[in-house]
Amino acid sequence: MRLAVREALLAFRRAPMLSALSITTIAFSLFAFGLFGLVALNIRNALRTVEDRVEIRAFVADGTGAEATGAALGDIGAFPEAASVRLVTQAQALDRARLELGEFSDVFEEGILPASIELRLKPGFRDPATVRAVAKRIDVYDFIDDIRFGEEWVEKLHRLRNIATLAGLSLGLTFAIVAIIIIGSTIRMAVMARSREIAIMRLVGATNGFIRAPFLIEGFLKGTLGGLLALVLAWVAVAVINRFVVQAAFFDSWMGAVGVLAGASIGLAGSALSVGRHLKRV
Amino acid sequence: MIRFSHVHKLFARTGAALQDVSFQVNKGEFVFITGPSGAGKSTILKLCFFEERPSKGEVKVYGLSSAAFGPADVPRLRRRLGIVFQDFRLLEDRNVEANVAFALEVTGTPPSQIAPRVSRLLAQVGLSAKATALPQELSGGEQQRVAIARALANDPVALVADEPTGNLDERATRGIFQLFRDINSNGTAVLMATHDLDLVRRSGCRTIEVNRGQVVFDSASDGGFRPSGPLDATEDNA
Repeated sequence: MRLAVREALLAFRRAPMLSALSITTIAFSLFAFGLFGLVALNIRNALRTVEDRVEIRAFVADGTGAEATGAALGDIGAFPEAASVRLVTQAQALDRARLELGEFSDVFEEGILPASIELRLKPGFRDPATVRAVAKRIDVYDFIDDIRFGEEWVEKLHRLRNIATLAGLSLGLTFAIVAIIIIGSTIRMAVMARSREIAIMRLVGATNGFIRAPFLIEGFLKGTLGGLLALVLAWVAVAVINRFVVQAAFFDSWMGAVGVLAGASIGLAGSALSVGRHLKRV
Repeated sequence: MIRFSHVHKLFARTGAALQDVSFQVNKGEFVFITGPSGAGKSTILKLCFFEERPSKGEVKVYGLSSAAFGPADVPRLRRRLGIVFQDFRLLEDRNVEANVAFALEVTGTPPSQIAPRVSRLLAQVGLSAKATALPQELSGGEQQRVAIARALANDPVALVADEPTGNLDERATRGIFQLFRDINSNGTAVLMATHDLDLVRRSGCRTIEVNRGQVVFDSASDGGFRPSGPLDATEDNA
């Protein structure tokens, strides 16, 4: 093992340009993938902010007793889909309308706006079918005059989310495949550059496992370094975007670690494949 | 130690390389394989260190049969054989002692034993003074000595050499041949493929002549060394 680590480290010293090229290629492949990941992350965040506003508003008939609305609030709040539920009284509705539509504040008279029950849904229950089903369950109360949840808007939002997810998955997969192919080719070049050494190792009786070990360590190190460099490049890109374009979110530490680990895994897998194929051929 | 029993070797592109080749090399023997280019000499050597498998027949080397060996057996066998090539096959970016040590390191020799063993091997091949030189700083003969030292690193029972003097001048050839004789006198069998008929004649060693993939002469069974005529003739015909 000690020899394998030494050989792997020596490979960097013996071929510094090739090693630098490998690391840079891995870094830029992962950087491209990372940039796409950041775009997907920010789109997802934006959609989540909009989705948070999905709510069902059930208008309460005039003269409904506090007891009845209180019981309904308790029932609705116990729905598994419910994130929060509250009663907006007539007075509160008026205040809000006056606040939101300041220039028309004198138009609103007391008692003009009905009281309502406002229900926000948990994430995962904001699709049109669920929203519609929950609305139907609320509509069974006699004192509910009308119920609104912006059906068309919820459907559009849902469609947008599906498109974003599908595009994200297919583009992400394409980027990942391209990155793996590029990284695999780079590592293959490094293996080919040392084919003479491999042939000599085999002639003197080294086992395939022994021959593989330094290449696997080298691939793992290159992948890790490439992943770290890609993370730094992505951080710089986000910093520039934040400063000059728009506020964008960056990966959290868990995602960053997954990115570096992905680099290391691709390096390791690329090396294993390349050296395995090479060993089969020679 | 090395036994070929009715060995045939067929390559998909070039056709039959060996046909019904049978011979045996005994422990401590020195055997030349001669014959014109393309006769099958290198194929015989490759079969010896299991770089190739026979298409038919059996090759048995140090108890390991070509009919029943797994991937793990090949490295084990190669540790018992020393292999030397015409083009030396040294690592250009490592010095002489590192090249020799390499064979010991990759076969798992304890680190504490490597340096003294390398010194002994370099002394044996007469290169102690060039231990820190790079291969490109050495003459052809010296590079071949490094390759021989590397081949001897794991105390092989036999040396398999494919045209080891092919790139050397006459003086270096004599030196390398003498080195092989010295190694052989210590009990290591040598199987050497060569074009150098003068060397073969002078040596008085057993000679197996191959032509068009067949053994056409074996001094062990046909008696004595074959006079120059037929050997030269086959070469001219090649």
